[in-house]
Amino acid sequence: MTTATTNQAEAPLLSGRHGLGRDLAALAVILVLAVIGYLLFPNNLALLTRIMAIALLVLSLDLVTGYCGVATLGHAALFGSGAYAAGIAAVHFGITDPLLMVAAGIIGGALAGLVCGVVILRAHGLPQLVLSIALIHLFHEFANKASSWTGGSDGLAGIAPDPLFGIFAYDLWGRTAYVFAVVLLAIVFMFLRLVVRSPFGMLCRGIKEDPIRIQAMGGSPTIALLKMYVISGAVAGVGGALNAVSTQVVGLDSLSFTLSAESLVMLVLGGTGSLFGAVTGTIVFMLFEDLVSAANPFHWLTMVGALLIAVVLFAPKGLYGTVAEVLARRRGAGR
Amino acid sequence: MQTIFSIAVDALAYGMVLFVISIGLSVTLGLMRVVNLAHGAFAMIGGYIASYAARDLGVGYGLAVLIAVFGTIVIAIPIERLLYRRIYGRPELTQVLMTIGITFCIIGIANYVFGPTLKTIPLPPSLQGSADLGFRSIAVHRIFAIVCGLCVAAALWYAIERTAFGVRLRAAVDDAAMAAALGVRTEVIYAVSFAVAVGLAAFGGVVGAELLPVEPYYALRYMVTFLVVVSVGGAGSIPGALAACLLLGGIDTTGRYLMPEFGEFFFYLAVIAIVCVFPRGLAGRMK
Amino acid sequence: MSAIFEVRNLKRSFGGLAVTNDVSLSMAPGDRVALIGPNGAGKTTFVNLVTGNLEPDAGEVRIGGESVTNVNAIDRVRRGLVRSFQVTRLFQDMTPAEHVALAILQRDGRAGRMFGNFLSMPGVMAEVGVLIGKLGLRDLAHRPVREIAYGQQRLLEIAMALALKPRVLLLDEPAAGVPQSDTGRIERALADLPDDLAVLMIEHDMDLVFRFAKRVIVLAAGTVIFDGSPADVTKDPRVREAYLGSYADASSAA
Repeated sequence: MTTATTNQAEAPLLSGRHGLGRDLAALAVILVLAVIGYLLFPNNLALLTRIMAIALLVLSLDLVTGYCGVATLGHAALFGSGAYAAGIAAVHFGITDPLLMVAAGIIGGALAGLVCGVVILRAHGLPQLVLSIALIHLFHEFANKASSWTGGSDGLAGIAPDPLFGIFAYDLWGRTAYVFAVVLLAIVFMFLRLVVRSPFGMLCRGIKEDPIRIQAMGGSPTIALLKMYVISGAVAGVGGALNAVSTQVVGLDSLSFTLSAESLVMLVLGGTGSLFGAVTGTIVFMLFEDLVSAANPFHWLTMVGALLIAVVLFAPKGLYGTVAEVLARRRGAGR
Repeated sequence: MQTIFSIAVDALAYGMVLFVISIGLSVTLGLMRVVNLAHGAFAMIGGYIASYAARDLGVGYGLAVLIAVFGTIVIAIPIERLLYRRIYGRPELTQVLMTIGITFCIIGIANYVFGPTLKTIPLPPSLQGSADLGFRSIAVHRIFAIVCGLCVAAALWYAIERTAFGVRLRAAVDDAAMAAALGVRTEVIYAVSFAVAVGLAAFGGVVGAELLPVEPYYALRYMVTFLVVVSVGGAGSIPGALAACLLLGGIDTTGRYLMPEFGEFFFYLAVIAIVCVFPRGLAGRMK
Repeated sequence: MSAIFEVRNLKRSFGGLAVTNDVSLSMAPGDRVALIGPNGAGKTTFVNLVTGNLEPDAGEVRIGGESVTNVNAIDRVRRGLVRSFQVTRLFQDMTPAEHVALAILQRDGRAGRMFGNFLSMPGVMAEVGVLIGKLGLRDLAHRPVREIAYGQQRLLEIAMALALKPRVLLLDEPAAGVPQSDTGRIERALADLPDDLAVLMIEHDMDLVFRFAKRVIVLAAGTVIFDGSPADVTKDPRVREAYLGSYADASSAA
């Protein structure tokens, strides 16, 4: 009798969502978007490559802000550290293999993530925000002053990556860089889908909602968040390295408050707490920026501000979040 | 000795200017629990208005200050009504996004109207030059800034501790729901506090224009400085904010005098150290 | 039988007011103890001191014979001291199955695993199935918590606590806020708690106390004034004084 009820209990529980089919669908969506981008903008692959590098930064921000609830205005520190790590590896140590440069970026980003995590997680609320802003300024100042390593305000130039796998050279049209970026983004995206669905991802969602409850279950919120910060740093580092490889230069703007704030805008525009939201926000924002900012950077700033206000007022779940909600409701109504 | 004296005077003046600008942020944060990243933008608006009034309209310094304070309040009231009202009590991230959006807009508009160049506010002759103290001379403007800071601190202390409005304000800070139940009209308290906060920011922006030059990126450049004052001082605490301003003013000024190359680096390092040691603010620690 | 859970001379005061004043108690595996006391008796402070969320001024807490006074709240949970909350604290977007699975993985030290979806971990899900089935939540296993009734959320709290395989369980008013029609299910769940588990229940509802507890401890003004059987508690003059004293004072003053 007892065994019978147990079996009954197991049966419906095991038929939960496995998500493998949805993973493949997500991969297909990314690849289809990449092909469409290639066909629509064959002369502007550099922009698309940059969008993907920034998308990695926004995904990385989503991990700590969207999934863990940490408010930060200094996330470019992780991206810039990855970019400088890759650039310095190439310029000062002659490590010019693109894959090794990405590895350098991952290490640099993860280390920056560890440092930022240790500092930022010490406080909550406003002090936490202040720490994140102070950190990005500190990183920026440091890179500016250590000019023998970073090139200071002139930027770190002279990065000449080897051909990928020794075969595919980085051509003038950026085709190799584009394909490289698509592959990196797809790999990271699938990796993150695994992470956010894993027990660890669930733990982080729990911490975002109620850290005290997690403590009462014997879990340590600080250790989990620190781990997420390191992962986030590695992801941002891939983005930074990708940017260094494809543009062959690293500027101080990759460690700026503005980039940090903009990445937060992109995340919120797309929708926090969703990987597709992060990517959607980046694409929309960057394409819009490309269209508008050519005229005057200050007008662009005004528009970003207005956009932010509009999102907060009218679409607090972001573009992707709002659309997903509407679709879900419609599906619910159809039943 | 000469250097130490100059550093001390400059640090004191700078700290007082920081105090005048930030104290409004501290009060509104304590009262309305809004992380207002746009506070510096209101100080900047004050600076622009005063500059316009004094240089283009040719009015006197005192009148320019008045126009700046009231002009900024007039600009801020509709922003409070239309935008800030929507984010009271909302999650921090929402407040950050909204107020940073407002900051970006104000920067863009300021640049559109006034251009990207630095704007000066001509000082009246009485505030120019230096005062001879016998053994040393100080720029009169520095003394003026310090006196302004002290007056604001004293006036605020009196208003909060000794007036009926102050009693209601403190009640609303401690427990808004209870204060409302006791018949305190919290929305009036909110509106008045917001106006005073913005007015003080504008006043500080004008008085401090010699130390914090008015240009479009002002609002972003000093954002962390103002926020850190509040976060270190503890929201809503006048003594805490004063202590934080003098401390940070001292660190920043000393850094710029002694290590101009690395000044900002050490300033941000100090900010991180202070916030890590006092995560609840200087005042929070004392409780 | 040897004590699994001991509190010795625990003291804590706030600004001169002794909120917990020299409290001692001892529990063996399988004990069913109710901790009661009038409002302001210091029950909440006592719970926080025991769980490690508050530091005592003096005294000792022991689990399984080992002192945990200098052990933080998280490690006390790992050593088998688990609590439930007076108001449920659940994750609104997660399902009961996810809650219980997270607790199981946390207990096994596997909650930090970055790969695999626990909905496809047969070992974990079998245990989830058993626990959830025992508490009658099987039909709701995959519904977000915000869609399920409060009484069932309370049952889920108990399921999560059990998933951690505690040695000592602190239940903070397990039936608070639950409509009368649902209290029966909670009482049944309490009756089914493992036999070797030591349970300390903080409760106001005296009916529940008398049905559940084999022993009652009364806390008043921060001190233990009674420790004995439920049958004797209402006869004890000090308990009567603590609960009714204020009324007696009022009538004699009038």
